[in-house]
Amino acid sequence: MIAAYRRWKRLHPAGPLDYTRKWPMQLTLAATFIFLYAPILILILFSFNDSRRNIVWRGFTTKYYEKALGNESLIEAFVNSLTIAFVSTIVSTILGAMVAILLWRFRFPGKAGYEGGMALPIVIPEICLGVAMLAFFARIGWPTDLPWPLNLGNIIIAHISFSFPFAAVVIRARLAGFNRELEEAARDLGASEWETYRDVVLPYLKPGLVAGALLAFTLSLDDFVITFFTSGPDTVTFPVKVYSMVRFSVTPEVNAASTVLIVITLFLTAIAMRVQNRSAKRD
Amino acid sequence: MESWRSTPRVFWAVFSAPSFWLVAFFLIPLSLIWAYSFGEKTGIIDIAVTGTLDNYIRAFEPVYLQIFTKSLWIATLSTLICLAVGLPVALTIVYAPPKAKPWLLLLVILPFWTNLLIRTYALIAVLRTRGYVNFGLEWLYDQASWLFQIVGLGGLGAAILGERFEPVEILYNNGAVLIGLVYVHLPFMVLPLYAALERLDRSYLEASLDLGAGQFQTFWRVIVPLAMPGIVSGLIITFIPTLGSFLTPDLLGGPDSTMIANIIERQFKSANDWPFGSALSFMLMYLTFGALALRAFLGRGRSSGLEA
Amino acid sequence: MTDAIIEIADISKAFPGGVRAVDAVSLSIREGEFFALLGPSGCGKTTLLRMIAGFETPTEGAIRIDGVDMAGTAPNRRPVNMVFQSYAVFPHMSVAENVAYGLKMDGVAKPEMARRVEDALALVRLDGFDGRKPDQLSGGQRQRVALARALVKRPRVLLLDEPLSALDAKLREAMQLELVNLQKSVGITFVVVTHDQDEALSMADRIAVMETGQVRQLAPPAELYEHPNSRFVAEFIGKMNVIEATASDGVLTGPGLGVIARAPDLGDGPASVALRPEKIRLNMAPTPALGKDEAEIEGTVTTVSYHGAESHIYVDAGEGVLLSATVQNAERDAAHRVKRGDRARLCWRLADALVLKE
Repeated sequence: MIAAYRRWKRLHPAGPLDYTRKWPMQLTLAATFIFLYAPILILILFSFNDSRRNIVWRGFTTKYYEKALGNESLIEAFVNSLTIAFVSTIVSTILGAMVAILLWRFRFPGKAGYEGGMALPIVIPEICLGVAMLAFFARIGWPTDLPWPLNLGNIIIAHISFSFPFAAVVIRARLAGFNRELEEAARDLGASEWETYRDVVLPYLKPGLVAGALLAFTLSLDDFVITFFTSGPDTVTFPVKVYSMVRFSVTPEVNAASTVLIVITLFLTAIAMRVQNRSAKRD
Repeated sequence: MESWRSTPRVFWAVFSAPSFWLVAFFLIPLSLIWAYSFGEKTGIIDIAVTGTLDNYIRAFEPVYLQIFTKSLWIATLSTLICLAVGLPVALTIVYAPPKAKPWLLLLVILPFWTNLLIRTYALIAVLRTRGYVNFGLEWLYDQASWLFQIVGLGGLGAAILGERFEPVEILYNNGAVLIGLVYVHLPFMVLPLYAALERLDRSYLEASLDLGAGQFQTFWRVIVPLAMPGIVSGLIITFIPTLGSFLTPDLLGGPDSTMIANIIERQFKSANDWPFGSALSFMLMYLTFGALALRAFLGRGRSSGLEA
Repeated sequence: MTDAIIEIADISKAFPGGVRAVDAVSLSIREGEFFALLGPSGCGKTTLLRMIAGFETPTEGAIRIDGVDMAGTAPNRRPVNMVFQSYAVFPHMSVAENVAYGLKMDGVAKPEMARRVEDALALVRLDGFDGRKPDQLSGGQRQRVALARALVKRPRVLLLDEPLSALDAKLREAMQLELVNLQKSVGITFVVVTHDQDEALSMADRIAVMETGQVRQLAPPAELYEHPNSRFVAEFIGKMNVIEATASDGVLTGPGLGVIARAPDLGDGPASVALRPEKIRLNMAPTPALGKDEAEIEGTVTTVSYHGAESHIYVDAGEGVLLSATVQNAERDAAHRVKRGDRARLCWRLADALVLKE
C-alpha cells in the first residue's frame, strides 16, 4: 500500500500548486478533519462499549441500542421528530417551489422588498424566531390538548416557516440554469401553459426539488432552538429529548440513539445525492 | 422575466400561498414580539403594549451591555479562527486532484447533515474532565514520568510535571465555547471560501510564482486580495449564527460564558419577562442586520475592480 | 549545440490516469531565436511549456536552462518568465503595480524599479497607462501589460502560451508583427505555444510540430512547409492534396491518373503523393505542350469557393481522387470563368509533388 503510494508519487511528481502534496497543508487538512470527525466517531464507537462509565473500552455490546429502543419516551421523541420533518418537508418544498417560480418568472412591483422578506427567515437568529413563535402561539391561544399528531401542528408550522425560504433558494438556483427556449419550444409545439410546466419545467426542476426537500428535511430534523420554544411536555422531539438527557449526564444510550439518527440522516442524504447526480448527469 | 400582468392567474397561483405563510407565520409573530418589546408586564402572562422604551434602556445596563460585548467578542474571535483554519483548507481542496476533490468537499459538508445537538454532545464527551482529551493527556503524563523514572530523575520529573496527573478543565468555560463554536461553524466558513477560490483563475497564482514571488508572498499579495469578496462573505456567514448561538454556550460554557441568546432564553423560559426578552431579541436582530449591511457595503466597494 | 539556451532531454510527463501528455521529447532551443511549439490541442505543447516554466514537474527526463538542470527549482527561481493565455494581469493592481510586481519580489531598489517599469511600458507602447486598472484596458492592452510585466524582469527566455488566441482577427495580425519586432529588438529568446500554423509560420525562426506528446518535425517555417517529413505535418501545416499512389521503378502513378510524381529512390509499393493547392495550375483548355517534367490530369469542377484574393477550385478526377487548386484572382471577374460542372485540367511540375512514405 505504502510502496504503491511511493511509486505513484514518483510517477506523478507534485507541481507548485499541488497543495495536497505539501506536508504543512496535509497536516492542516488532517488536523481539521480529525477535529471535525473524531468526536462523532468516538461517540459512535462508544455506543458499542460495554461500560456505563463510557471511557475505557470494555468490549463490544449492542445492549445500549436495546435500551434506547426500550426507552419509550426516547422512541416517542424520535417518531415525533420524523413526523414533523416529513410533513414540514412536503409543505416546505411546495411553498419553496412556488417562491422559486414566482421570483424566476415574474416582474412585479416591490419585488426587491419581497425577496428581502423571503430572505429574512434565513438570516435572523434562530433564537429570535423561536421566541417569536412562542409568543405567537401563546397569543392566539393554540390548543395544547390536541390528539397526536395534531398536537405537533405548531412545531410543524414553525419548522415550515424557516425551511421553505431555504428550499426556495436551492430550487431557484436550479431554475436559473433553465433554458427558456425549451419552454418556448414546448409552447411552439402546441403544449398549453400547464402542459409545458408538467412536461418541461418540472422534470428539469426535479434535482432542485430533491435538493430543496433534503435541505428542508435536515433543517427540521436538526432544529433544536425553535422547537425548544414551541414544544410542550407532550410534544418532545428527539433533539429536545437529548438536550434534557445531556443536561444530566453522558450515557451510552444517548450515544446509541444519536448513532441511529446519524445513520438515518446519512442514509437519506446518500439517497438524495444519488437521485440528484443521476438527473444531473442526464442534462 | 415577464410582467405579472401577462399571466395573472399563474402569478396569483404561485404568489398567494407562500406570501400568506410568510405573513401569517413569520412576520406576524415577529411583529408581535416587536410590539412586546415596547410593553410592560401587567400580570403573570399579561402584557400591555404601552410604547415604553424601558426594556431597551434596561438592555444598556452594564450587566447586559457586558454580555453583548462579550458575545460580540467571542463571535468575532471564533469567526477569525474559522477563517485562519478555513483558508488553507479551502485552498488545498481547490487545488486537490480532480478525483479527491469531491470527497474532500463532502468531508467538509458532511457535518452539516449531522444534528447540531449530537455534535455538541459528542464534543462534551471528548472535552470533559473524564473525557478523551484528558485521557490522552494522562497517557502522555504517564509516559513522560516513566521516562524520568528510567533515567533516574524521578524527583525532577515530579517537580516539572507535578506529583500526579491533574485533569485539565477544558469544559464549562469560555475556551470550550470557543472550541464548540469553531467546531460547529467551520463548514460555514470553508464553503464560501472554496467557492471564491474555485472561481479564481489559477494563472493568477502561477503568474505570481513566475514573477518571482514565493508561496507566502503569492498568498498575501494575490490570493487574499482576489478572494476578498469570498472572505467577507465567509466572515459574515459565520459571524451571524455564531453571534446568535444558544446551544453551544448553554451546554459547553460555564457560568460566565453567557451569550445574548442565553439571556433571551432566560427571559422567556425562567425569568418570564417577555417584554425585556423581546427587546433583547430585536437588539440581536439589529446587530445581525448591521453585519449584513456591512457585507453589502464591502461587497459593493470591491466588486468593481474584480469582475474583470 | 553550443549556443543552446534551453536543453530538453528525453522528457516525459504522465498525468494521473495514465495520459502521457509529453512523451520522450528532446530538443534544444537556441539563444536569441523565436521558437514555436505548434500542434493541435491536446498534443502536449502547453504541458511542455509549463514544464519549462516549472508549473508541471516532468515524470522523466531533464530540462537545462543555460546548462543548469532545473529539476527541483521552483518557478519563482527560474530565469524564465511567462505570458499566460489569459494574460493573468492582476485585477487588483494598477498597470504600473503589475509591471513592478516581479521587480519588487526581486528586491530591486525603488528608483531603479520606477525607471525599469517606465522603460518596459514604453517598450510595449503603454506610456501613460501606469495608473490604469486592468478592467479599464482592452484585451490587446492587457496583453501588452503581461508582456511588459514579464520582459521587465529581463528573463533569459520568455515563454508565451497561445499569446494571440484571445484577440480578434485584425488585432492578431498586427500583434504577430509586433511580437516579432519586439523579440528582435530586445534579443530575448521567445518560446511561443500556438495551435495556429499561420501564426507559427509568420513569426518563428524554427517550429517544432507536436502530435500526441511527441515532436514530429523541427525545422524553419519554409522547410516545414515545403518539405514536411510526414503526412501529419503535411496536412497540419497549410492545405494539402494527398493522393494514394503506387510506386514502381521510381515513378508514382495515381489510380487511373498516369505519372503524378517521381521518386527514384523509393521502393515499389503503395505511397502517398502530396501536392500544395497553389502549386497546381488550372487550365480550361488542353495544354498545348505539356513539359516532360510535368503531370496533368483531367476532371470535373465540383465546387468553386471564392475567397476574394483567390479562389479554391475543387476538381473530381475520378477513382475517389478529389483535388483542390488555388487560383489567384489576379484580374477582375476572373473567378467567374470557372463554373461547377466544367471540365478542367490540372497540371503541376513533378518536382513540386512530395512523396510521403507513410
